[in-house]
Parts: sequence; C-alpha cells; structure tokens
Amino acid sequence: MTTADLIGKIVQLVAGIAVFVAVIGLILFFIDKAPKRGRDVLQLLLFLLPAVILLAVGLVYPAILTAVAAFANRAGEFVGFDNFVWMFTQPEALITLRNTVIWVLLVPTISTIIGLAYANFIDRSRGERIYKSLIFMPFAISFVGAGIIWKFVYEFRPAGRDQIGLLNQILVWLGQEPVLWLQSPPANTLLLIVVMIWVQTGFAVVVLSAAIKGIPAEQLEAAELDGTNGWQRFTNVTLPGIRGALVVVVTTISIATLKVFDIVRTMTGGNFETSVVANEMYTQAFRALEPGRGSALALVLFVLVLPIVVYNVRVLRQQKEIR
Amino acid sequence: MTYTPIEIPVDSTTKAELRRGYNADGTKATRVKKRLTSRTATVVSLVIAIIWVIPTFGLLISSFRPEELIKTTGWWTVFENWGWTLDNYSEVLFSSSSSAPQLGSYFVNSIAITVPVVVFATVLAAMAAYALAWIPFKGASILFIAIFALQIVPLQMALIPLLQMFTTWLLPIQRAIHDVIPIIPDQSYIQVWIAHTIFGLPLAIFLLHNFISDIPNELVEAARVDGANHGQIFLRIILPLSVPILASFAIFQFLWVWNDLLVALVFSGGTADVAPLTQRLAELTGNRGQEWQRLTAAAFISLIIPLIVFFSLQRYFVRGLLAGSTKG
Repeated sequence: MTTADLIGKIVQLVAGIAVFVAVIGLILFFIDKAPKRGRDVLQLLLFLLPAVILLAVGLVYPAILTAVAAFANRAGEFVGFDNFVWMFTQPEALITLRNTVIWVLLVPTISTIIGLAYANFIDRSRGERIYKSLIFMPFAISFVGAGIIWKFVYEFRPAGRDQIGLLNQILVWLGQEPVLWLQSPPANTLLLIVVMIWVQTGFAVVVLSAAIKGIPAEQLEAAELDGTNGWQRFTNVTLPGIRGALVVVVTTISIATLKVFDIVRTMTGGNFETSVVANEMYTQAFRALEPGRGSALALVLFVLVLPIVVYNVRVLRQQKEIR
Repeated sequence: MTYTPIEIPVDSTTKAELRRGYNADGTKATRVKKRLTSRTATVVSLVIAIIWVIPTFGLLISSFRPEELIKTTGWWTVFENWGWTLDNYSEVLFSSSSSAPQLGSYFVNSIAITVPVVVFATVLAAMAAYALAWIPFKGASILFIAIFALQIVPLQMALIPLLQMFTTWLLPIQRAIHDVIPIIPDQSYIQVWIAHTIFGLPLAIFLLHNFISDIPNELVEAARVDGANHGQIFLRIILPLSVPILASFAIFQFLWVWNDLLVALVFSGGTADVAPLTQRLAELTGNRGQEWQRLTAAAFISLIIPLIVFFSLQRYFVRGLLAGSTKG
C-alpha cells in the first residue's frame, strides 16, 4: 500500500460521510421549512422514505426477483421446477441439504443446553462477569477468524511426527493414530458444527443469564422451603420463568445457523461433503455461474426460515396489543 | 399494627436488591448463593470456560512463534521449544513482496467500510424509527411488522439481483464521474456501503423503535405544545435520550460489518482497493492453508479490533442484545 493509496482511501471515507451528512442535513432543513399545509405528511415522508426506499429497492424487490429467478435457467428462460429437481436428486446437492438439516438440529440444541447449564451454574457466583466474558468472547470474533482458530486445532501431521493441532495431539496422547479431520466425512461436518456452537453458546449464556436474574428470589426460596432439591427447583421454577428467553435463543441461533456460510467457506470450502445450503448458494450463483440454482437454494433458505418469521410476527403483534 | 411504606433515599442498585429480597450487607444474598452453586457446578463451569478459551489462546501463542517452530511443534510445548518473534506480524502487515498477505491495505479497507456504514445505518434507522413511533399515520404498525419480518429474511435472497442492479445502474455513474474527475476512483466502497446499510436497517429500525416508542409521551407532547416541529423534536429530544440504544446498535453494526465475509465477497470486487480483512483471510486459508506463521498472525490482527470494541463496550453491547431479543 502506497501513501497515495492510503490518502485516497481516507478521502473516500471522509467524503462518503460528508455527502451523507449533507443529504441528511438537507432533509432536516426541508422538514423544518415544510409549508403549513400538508406539513405532517411531508415530514412523515422525509423521515421515513430514505430507509423505506432503500429497503424496498435493496431487499424486497431483489428478494422477489430471486424468487422468480429460481424458476429460470442460466439463460434466464423459464424452466419450471428444474432447479428444484436438480437440488433434490443430485447426490452432492442432497448432501448439502442433509448437512443443513444436521447443522440446524445440532447447533441450537447443544448451544442452548450448554448455555443454559453454564448460565445457571455461574449465576450469582464469584467472578460471574469474567466467566461470562470468556464464553461470550467468540461472539465478537468473525466466523473467518473462528474458522482459522479451529482449523489450527484440527491440523494434521502424519503419525510419528510432532502434532501441531491440539485435537490430534490429544489422540496421540491417548495412543491413537492422528486423523486428517477436515477431509474425513462425516466427522468433518460435526467438527465444523463445533465451531458454530463455540461461537453461539456465549449468546445463549448472556440472554439466559439475564432471564434467570429476572426470576424473583422469593419464588426460589419458597420452592426451597417446600423441600425441593436443586434439580426440581430448576425444572419447576427456573425453566418456566425463562421460557420466553429460551424461545428467543433457539430461534435466533437457528436462523444464524441456517445462514452459516463463512465457517464452511474458510475451513473446507464446502469440499469433502461439508457444504451447506448457504455456501452452495454462493458457489452456484457466483462461482459456477448458475444464478437459477443459486436462487433456488436461496428460496429454500427463505422457506426454512419462514415458520420462524411467522411465529415471531405473531408474538410481536400480541405484545403490541398488550401495550 | 399496620406499616406505612416509606421511600428510602437509596441508589437504584440497592433499591433493586431490596425489592428482590436481599439486604445491603448481603447476608440473604450469600445464603441464596451458597445453596445455588455447588462445588460440581463450579468445576463444570470452570472446565467449560477453559475449553472455550484454549483455541484462541493457542492461536495467540503461536502467532508469536518463529515459522520453523510453529510448523514442527505444538504450541503447548512452548517451554521445551522456546522461541519468540514479532516477524510474523511485521511480515503480514508491511512486507511488500507479492506473495505476502499485505494486510495493511485490507485493514484500512475494513475501517473505511465499517465506519461509514455504522453512521449511515444508525442515522437512517433513527429517523425511520422516530416516524414509526411518533408520527401517527395509517398502516404504521403494519409497516413496522413488515420491517421486523425483513430482519429475518436471509440476505442470500437479495444478493444476485442487487449485484446486477449495481452493475447496470451504479457502475456506469461511477465510471462517468471517474472520467470527469480522475481523482475519484471508479473502484470504490460505495457498493459495499449501500449493501451493508440496507442489510443492517431492519434490525436497526426494530431495536431503535422499541426504545424510542418507550420515551415518555409527556416530553414529546410538551415540546409540541411549545411549537416544535418533528425535526426539532427528533434532534433536541429523541436523539439525546436515545444515546444508549444508538451506542448499542452502533456496536452491533460495527462488529457485524467488520466480521462479514459474504457481502464483502459479493460486492467488493476482491481487490486490495476495496476488499476487507475477512476476505483476505479467507483467501489465505484457501491458497496458503499451511502457512501457519502467517495465518495465526493475520487472524489475530483481524480479531484485535472487534475484541477491543467488545471488551471496552460490552455493557452497551449486552444491553442492545437484550433489548433486541427479550422484546422480539
């Protein structure tokens, strides 16, 4: 990087923000100077339209185009359900779908269980904040970074040489042969899932821990006076008390897992039977230049997420009515 | 005998403690604590915490070891195979040889992508959230719910057409401007900025709306009676009161954009002019997956900024997270 490059980039950064601030300033100026007649409507539009136009043009309209493109081939001709037939008959595509199902079953369940246990164990213990920070830290790291961190853990050296990956070293200590982990299905998919669990558990801990703190101490004490043991208190008082938070955690992690892309991309590139829908979507659309297939895969992702969207919208509407 | 409840002048934490049934000297609190945390629980949580930290720790140690040692010995043998160096960092950051990662350039790109996007998304979302919450109009709640639902739509749905739109509409304009004023490069951050801003808006509007609509009605009403219009109310009352949630969202958006790979891959063109760190890292793992002296140092460089942001602003971050998830 030359100094000229650096200056060019800084100029772009500053200019970008300056233009944006100028535009917003102009909008606020018009809001201020709006004529008395129809003033509310004009103000409303000026406040709302920038975001709504961006969303409509950049998210809603493209999503509709994608849904249509899922039924076209690479020349853009209508081909009916061909792309879906491909997806549900080709062995590689089927493996992709199978892997996505495995991911979305395992990651939310295991992250939530570990997160719940951990949040419950550290609740009101000494050093609670440090405990929480440590497990929450991976959440701030990029999936790419996490991928590299774990690729190093899974690194392989032939038997007889010193291992540099921790996992194989543990095997060697136990008297086993080292394994080329990332290239041996089906173990490799599970090892990628471990990375996602590692990232998401911290999120579960933070949300569930806050929910656990929201349970009134009186309830726990009353249960204690009734002679319950710790497990009974947990299942009868704590669990019902944090049901809402549990649903949030499971659905949020499920959505994140369905969209997972970076981990697979960095660690195996989707090879060795590890691909998932989001990764295959990218490969088909931008590498294999099959936008129809890519769109079809994106549409499948959308359909998988749809029940969660509907459920969340219903919860939201109920909350709005209560208010 | 009847008690008259009195208001004791104490700070908010103590008040919360009093309400939850334990007193300031902590006797009841410690009693509850003792019964709830057993020895096994402590051991289990300690083990989990250690397992969670070890991979990152191993990477950090390795990034300071010389190439021969990283490639031949495990980092846990660092005491037997002693040796430390900063060469890995200086090589990945500053070396100008064509095979070197040249991360300096990508690091600047990451900053130049992330900072403006945070500003754009936060400001636009705050305005929209204000309109949805405080300017009554027909269909406000339906529009809000629609935006909320968009938050969950996979962004994969939008990638291909959005890229096509950029190529047909935005790129010619950029080229034209470049031809007239050559200082402005035709390869610029604009595409990535716009894409990230759009993808960040739904969550932003949802988070900010939840907070802004809870601002007491009296404050807004009083300003309106004094003759303030919506622009003034927004700037003088809503924005200053919303600083905590604005900070929370800004941190969210910062981490999400800094850590993103997919949007960068699709919209940045992949050159050192625009592409962020994550993209370069992904390339390095692909092409030079065995160059651990570079990968470890490079990975740590990409982690350092998010980790600083995370540890210094964790409180705001957690607040935003909880605001987003407990209400939704």
